[in-house]
Amino acid sequence: MKADLKRRMLLQGTIATSAIGIAIGAGLLTPKAVLAAWPKEAFTAKDIPGALNSLMGADNAEESGDINIKAPDIAENGAVVPVTVSTTLPNVESIAIIAANNPVPLIANFNLMDGSEGFVSSRIKMGKSGDVIAVVKSGGKLYRTAKEVKVTIGGCGG
Amino acid sequence: MAENSIKIRAKLKDDVVTVKALMTHPMETGNRKDSKGETIPAHFIQDVTCSAAGKEVINAQWSGGISKNPYISFKFKGAGEGDDLTLTWVDNQGSSDSATVKIS
Repeated sequence: MKADLKRRMLLQGTIATSAIGIAIGAGLLTPKAVLAAWPKEAFTAKDIPGALNSLMGADNAEESGDINIKAPDIAENGAVVPVTVSTTLPNVESIAIIAANNPVPLIANFNLMDGSEGFVSSRIKMGKSGDVIAVVKSGGKLYRTAKEVKVTIGGCGG
Repeated sequence: MAENSIKIRAKLKDDVVTVKALMTHPMETGNRKDSKGETIPAHFIQDVTCSAAGKEVINAQWSGGISKNPYISFKFKGAGEGDDLTLTWVDNQGSSDSATVKIS
């Protein structure tokens, strides 16, 4: 009798676990719909104008002193370069981070919703020394600024 | 879908919530070769979304140019202490993970 009870509990446990599994599986459907929006063309473009045109529909970004890129002057390890972009521009819609000399220059695009501050921070890979460029879309217009980062060991090889 | 692949912290200070998150992911570009000279297939997070109190606050699209075990930080207004904050990532192979914390 006791063993039977244990077996029953075990079975119930299994059913509960698989129900969670199904719930997660169902939840997966939502992110997959989001995935369709991933701008493949922009992320395969080999040059910066190509990437910007396909991502933001224009590449005529204006130099701006209101964008600040915080990144090391010399990165010892190109595989991990901390980059922080902050801006005081109003109504920031998106911030893109580009490494000019990477095989695929566009690294990331952050779409900021209402209420977001003009601030993003991440860690990027850099194949070799070059400019890190931040492109900010604010009020429908593009603004950019660049900072040179020297890389001692590249992060895109093997 | 590794468990606890996301570490996340959300702190409220003077109306602004600062979110810092770390994800565990190989972030392979598809350009690297292994010791046998065979290409390691691309495997990287493509999409990161974060919502707070049921409202989306940021949506990031990434390439393999983001470092292994990615870090992301951002700030936003409009959420209060104790609100739920959920971060979800989806990679190019269709896996995903999600974590929820309370803003403190």
